[in-house]
Amino acid sequence: MVEWFKRSKKGISSDERRDIPDGVWTKCSSCGEILTVISLEKSYWVCSKCDYHFRISADSYIKLIIDDGTFEEYDGNLISGDPLKFKDSKKYPERIAAARKKTGKNDAVISGLGRINGLDASFAVMDFNFIGASMGSVVGEKIARAIERSLDREFPLVIVSCSGGARMMEGILSLMQMAKTSALLSLLDKRRIPFISVLTNPTTAGVMASYASLGDIIIAEPKALLGFAGPRVIAQTIGGELPPGFQSSEFLLEHGFLDAIVQRKNLKETISKLLKYMLHDNISLFDQ
Amino acid sequence: MDDKYYLEFEKPIVELDNKIKEIRDLAGSSGADLEEEIKNLEKKRNKLQGDVYSRLNRWQRVQLARHPLRPYSLDLVSLIFDDFIELHGDRYFSEDRALVGGFAMLNNQAVMFVGQQKGRNVKQRQYRNFGMSHPEGYRKALRLFCLAEKFGRPIIIFIDTPGAYCGIGAEERGQAEAIARNIREMFAIEVPIVIVIIGEGASGGALGIGIGDIVLMLENSWYSVISPEGCAAILWKSVDDPKQLEANRIQAAESLKPTSSDLLDLGIIDGIIPEPLGGAHRDYSATAKNIKNKLVEVLPNLMGKNSQELLADRLRKYRSMGEFLEI
Ligand SMILES: [Zn+2]
Repeated sequence: MVEWFKRSKKGISSDERRDIPDGVWTKCSSCGEILTVISLEKSYWVCSKCDYHFRISADSYIKLIIDDGTFEEYDGNLISGDPLKFKDSKKYPERIAAARKKTGKNDAVISGLGRINGLDASFAVMDFNFIGASMGSVVGEKIARAIERSLDREFPLVIVSCSGGARMMEGILSLMQMAKTSALLSLLDKRRIPFISVLTNPTTAGVMASYASLGDIIIAEPKALLGFAGPRVIAQTIGGELPPGFQSSEFLLEHGFLDAIVQRKNLKETISKLLKYMLHDNISLFDQ
Repeated sequence: MDDKYYLEFEKPIVELDNKIKEIRDLAGSSGADLEEEIKNLEKKRNKLQGDVYSRLNRWQRVQLARHPLRPYSLDLVSLIFDDFIELHGDRYFSEDRALVGGFAMLNNQAVMFVGQQKGRNVKQRQYRNFGMSHPEGYRKALRLFCLAEKFGRPIIIFIDTPGAYCGIGAEERGQAEAIARNIREMFAIEVPIVIVIIGEGASGGALGIGIGDIVLMLENSWYSVISPEGCAAILWKSVDDPKQLEANRIQAAESLKPTSSDLLDLGIIDGIIPEPLGGAHRDYSATAKNIKNKLVEVLPNLMGKNSQELLADRLRKYRSMGEFLEI
């Protein structure tokens, strides 16, 4: 690998992502524009021509949103069991082992405490590379504990979501994570501790139908796929084509389900400003 | 009840039933004494039924939960409650016919009933949208929960849905938001909530009205994050051979563990309400009576708790759900 192509420490690292090829040039999967990897790294992996936001890893979001050196991970030691002894072509523990090896993560969410422009926050971010950021018991438990850290410390909560669906191999236990996380959010709601939900491509199914949709503020990156059911399922159900732009961030904003669409490069600034507006001690927006 | 419809594994039982009926008719018309023969056949039939039903696999249980003759919410409401007054609409957009609700009397106790409703024939099925709610159904349910809370009435919920509706309008009007909001708000409703899964409990569509202090399942109902056929389609993609398709669904059902006894073992539900032998569709009254007895049994204890206790217990119940390891 040539020197100039090595990942810069400040920019967003590319890690092992199917979305992001290892090469000097890459093609935008939305508009087909040929882009250099180096320019993409500088632009937070956003296509300069069509604004397509390439999928980035959980670590990249931590780097993007959390102040340097302030992130302290919690519950990184939680891993999935096999409560149903799920029978499939591959055993569930084997799938987990493969995902752990591929991503270097123990499950599909990283959580902890950190500062956002100096503000303490409980933070969690999902990683699509880990079995499509599907929600099983570990994701549910880590999100639940992140909410509890907010409750215990009165820190605002920020969750960056993405998810392809439920962790089917955990059956009903996977479903109940929607209940567990939402239960704790009802306490956060009552205590008036701010919760900002950030939606990235794609956020669907159980995650979308629980905590991702329960932020005091819900913001999304541009052109993300957001919705309850996947587009393929809907097309099948209605037996027809879906309208262009259906279930995009822009579609949700249009229908009243998003507070704002925010460019990746502006996420941190936007989150920290919003938090200041909601926090009790009424900090001036410009005192930083 | 139209009993022309039967599932594959019900066939030998139905055949014996028909034979018994034939002999009865023959005895009636000819005056011959066939009592002995009838008794023997009935004995044989009951043994066969016992055998068949004790050996059902999970996929067959799912079939029972979807039996076209299975009692639906409104069938049971009229047998369990008195003076049900249906209340319509979400006050925002429309009336969702896949979900019904209203005040009702359970013996001398005024309650709020909410249930998902399927249709029996082609016309009714369309009218009820196959028991699949749009966001308006979930919003109507929440409106009724709040109404119940305001006037201190416990809430009884029947779940029977193949899923929340997946369509353009449902997405436009925030299916995910409606379900998410319901789940969260149900943890703040300060009156007792008892859930009974009476047929199908499919995923978020079920959970969207599914948070309760006591969660019960009818013996032959199912409840999971996805249907066995949905799970099979994801795991093994499309299969053309019908035998292989069936085998995949059987395996998916076994893997998902969606039956009432599975969920009791997993600690997700609080109890199983028995069905008459052969399934709820064999005897609506007996099914309704079993549900009613259970409701009458569990409600007083819940109603004895103050709202703080009630909410704390409800939270604790769901907080502990999930299995993981710490390394
Ligand atoms: Zn592009």
